[in-house]
Amino acid sequence: MPTMFEKIWNRHVVTEGPGGQTLLYIDRHPLHEGASAAFSRLKRSGRTVRRPKGLIATADHYVPTGPGSEALAEPEIRGMVENVIRSTREEGVTFFGPGDARTGIVHIIGPEQGYTQPGIVLVCGDSHTATHGAFGAIAFGIGSTEVEHVLATGCLWQRKPKAMRITVTGSRRPGIAAKDVILAIIGKIGAGGGVGHAIEYAGPVMAAMSMEERMTVCNMSIEAGARCGMVAPDDTTYRYLEGRPYAPKGALWDQALAYWKTLPSDGDAVFDTEVTLDGAEIAPTVTWGTSPQDALPITGNVPDPARETDATRRQAMGRAVDYMGLRPGMPLTEIKVDRVFIGSCTNSRLEDLRAAAAIAKGRRAVIKAWVVPGSGLVKQAAEAEGLHEVFTAAGFEWRDPGCSMCVGMNGDTAREGERVASTSNRNFEGRQGKGARTHLMSPAMAAAAAVTGKLTDVRTLVG
Amino acid sequence: MDPFTKLTAGAVPMDLPNIDTDRVIPARYLRKSKESGLGQYFFHDVRFNPDGSENGDFILNQVPYRDAKILVTAENFGCGSSREAAVWALMGSGFRCVIGPSFGDIFFENCFKNGVLAIVLPKDVVAGLRRQLHDRPGTTISVDLASQTLTAPDGTTQRFEVDPFRKQALLKGQDEIALTMEYAREIEAFEARHAKEMPWLSSDA
Repeated sequence: MPTMFEKIWNRHVVTEGPGGQTLLYIDRHPLHEGASAAFSRLKRSGRTVRRPKGLIATADHYVPTGPGSEALAEPEIRGMVENVIRSTREEGVTFFGPGDARTGIVHIIGPEQGYTQPGIVLVCGDSHTATHGAFGAIAFGIGSTEVEHVLATGCLWQRKPKAMRITVTGSRRPGIAAKDVILAIIGKIGAGGGVGHAIEYAGPVMAAMSMEERMTVCNMSIEAGARCGMVAPDDTTYRYLEGRPYAPKGALWDQALAYWKTLPSDGDAVFDTEVTLDGAEIAPTVTWGTSPQDALPITGNVPDPARETDATRRQAMGRAVDYMGLRPGMPLTEIKVDRVFIGSCTNSRLEDLRAAAAIAKGRRAVIKAWVVPGSGLVKQAAEAEGLHEVFTAAGFEWRDPGCSMCVGMNGDTAREGERVASTSNRNFEGRQGKGARTHLMSPAMAAAAAVTGKLTDVRTLVG
Repeated sequence: MDPFTKLTAGAVPMDLPNIDTDRVIPARYLRKSKESGLGQYFFHDVRFNPDGSENGDFILNQVPYRDAKILVTAENFGCGSSREAAVWALMGSGFRCVIGPSFGDIFFENCFKNGVLAIVLPKDVVAGLRRQLHDRPGTTISVDLASQTLTAPDGTTQRFEVDPFRKQALLKGQDEIALTMEYAREIEAFEARHAKEMPWLSSDA
């Protein structure tokens, strides 16, 4: 009867509070330097971290990813990073700092360390926390005040969200990436389509995905308005986890595995909302506008606001077309790009870099193109395969791990009016720098844009 | 947190749907502390021209709306990034109440954690409020949290729903951590049980 979400939720109810709120127990709480303010407030109020063992910390949002970056030279940024280093040391929290190969983007390193596991509740002060839901966990982003609350109490007041199941049927056509799947989903349900819901992604297309692909899909749940997205754990999940540093070992592994196998939603589980997509209809997808819902197959054209009948929507479309500097009706493949960013918590894992390298190999970037691995360990693994040589030989810049150009706060930004083909998750106005224009796409599509200088159907470059 | 009880104030309509928190406060200002006054960065890149002067087309800069304390939005306002600075910047600009047909979940939560009342009303009702504010700029809306009623510029009243837990917290200006600490015994009991049921989680690397 219960959904996977309900099974996990029910096991984490500490108590029912006043007014239908639940005090929910938080198993895991990865931190980044943005937690600095929460640590300061905690200290000012004379409180301490309740359960330091459940935490890990990193620095990702503000760290420089290349030579010559001034990010850490700025006193305000350096102050945040140093405060988190000091606070985690005082409180006994494990910190994967700059120079440690285990450092990297918080949503990359949690799974990589086996810290993210099925059946847990995980929160983080970042909206892309749903990434961890790929393991069959309840994982959602919270604000700074809630970060402080979880540090102090190990719990959070929550109201149970509604349940949405998104089923992707059939199978993907060759060359269709997980990014195409999630962009197609957001294009279908809209940027507010998942508000108030926990999403479960289901169906044969999800089941056939690797863990890294599932993470890409869950990562962008927030872009559909849902704080939380998840995929049922299966053998793919268990194979990924076994042997990782934080994963259970020996008898505890067997005990954990027995629990994990009980997690998938029951066959008769009821969802408040059901959405179905045909996997075979998903094409390489890009965004044209300033909301992730502005997603279209690369074979499409920039929409014409004049043809939109809804007045509000017409106004939003017109503004987006203007901001993006596009001509209504123009083919997407005629859009010229100034630079390329391959990275972010959405698409900076090893498989992403392999997919981009496969396109870059033997070709030459005609515009500035950056590759920013998600963690020190991803970087090492990619270098062990020689991917960095493929990229540098093709004229791509191979950089150090961090959030980089996804967040526009660490010095890695695009200039006003610059157009970026980006594997990140948000094409909002100004997201990659004031006045910067972002087109979201998969790593292979971004690499294709790098070697052609325009938005390109990657299928024309392969096979 | 300052309590919220009643508010009668000027209100400003924002018609665009899906206004994200990057637009509410650009990322480059997130390094500034809340105490430094984030109101100056509220909608910074649409509110100011490149030379630093005010963009007169932007509604927050227009005379009848300049002292507004209530923001009336379209769907999914505050979507995207979890940055609580979006709420701090909103408050820093004098706002204590937002009214919309839906909000980004994290933004919505962050409002209540800071004493800002976020009210969800049906889409057509909110569209009606925005229309009245456009037609009669500078008119006021009244909100009474205790009775959960809103009075529109045209004098009509409207009941709104608010989670009882959040309502109490706002009325009292409650410190939520202190409230949760009152459940220390329940948390300890849960922890002991949970450690037995899922022992692998406490045997970390």
